[in-house]
Amino acid sequence: MTSTDRRKGNWTARLGRRLDNAVPPGRRLPDRQPAYVRSWIYVFGVATLAALLFVLASGFALAIGGTTWWHTSAVGHFLNSVHLWSVELFFVCMTIHLWGKFAMAAWRGGRALTWITGAVAFVGSIGTAFTGYLSQTNFDSQWISTQAKDGLNAVGIGAFFNVLNPGQMLLWHIVLLPSVLGVLVVLHVILVRRKGVVPPIDAEPPARELPSRPLESRPAVPSTPAETPTRRQP
Amino acid sequence: MSAHQGLATAYVHAGVVQISVANLIVIALMLVVFILALVLPFPHSRDVEAEDDHDQH
Repeated sequence: MTSTDRRKGNWTARLGRRLDNAVPPGRRLPDRQPAYVRSWIYVFGVATLAALLFVLASGFALAIGGTTWWHTSAVGHFLNSVHLWSVELFFVCMTIHLWGKFAMAAWRGGRALTWITGAVAFVGSIGTAFTGYLSQTNFDSQWISTQAKDGLNAVGIGAFFNVLNPGQMLLWHIVLLPSVLGVLVVLHVILVRRKGVVPPIDAEPPARELPSRPLESRPAVPSTPAETPTRRQP
Repeated sequence: MSAHQGLATAYVHAGVVQISVANLIVIALMLVVFILALVLPFPHSRDVEAEDDHDQH
């Protein structure tokens, strides 16, 4: 085996090739997008990610202070409010993003996994938020836990997901669920980069792409951004 | 004691659906924002306009 063969076969080279295949270099941070992306509706996906960063940063700071810190500290109270309102914005933006994508049937053109990861992340976010309600260390969280326990016991998960156990709920809230959610969000963004933004339902292929074949044998819509007219992002 | 304690929350009842007025207002505002996002034109720079003109000629 030559040294070149060894370089081709080592794990870092293989990992590099897999990453290149997952998201080709030109699509990682593109500065041009198809013309139909120039719409306010696409802002809400990015706004969701921005809100998520605020959620994670404020949650990180609250974790350093401890669970009851925000009850006695003005800074802690402020960070708790940042955490709450960034979560509110996160859900508002994500829901509007979801409405827009549903109306566009954004799972077309081999984008089913993009849709699925987004939908699962949405549901997972709701679960993560619920465990946040249980981690407030106040009467509100006590009340919510007693209301939740009967339903969860009825579906048979109370034995290992005990909402009356604040320590367990806190770990679900700050470790387990955010980890899963983080993986889902990263996968979702990679798939968006890999597959491109879905074209409008009534989109026609651009004139330069029109083949001489009969109209009925042409693809109904372009499947990748590379096949559509592009415009530099604002 | 927080400011809202002791105050009754207004609810809307419609059959099996029961929702607080506050949540209903939030959902209505989200729908308004969604519609505005669909209909409002997206601003773009003069560079993009010049690029578009160049593409058309």
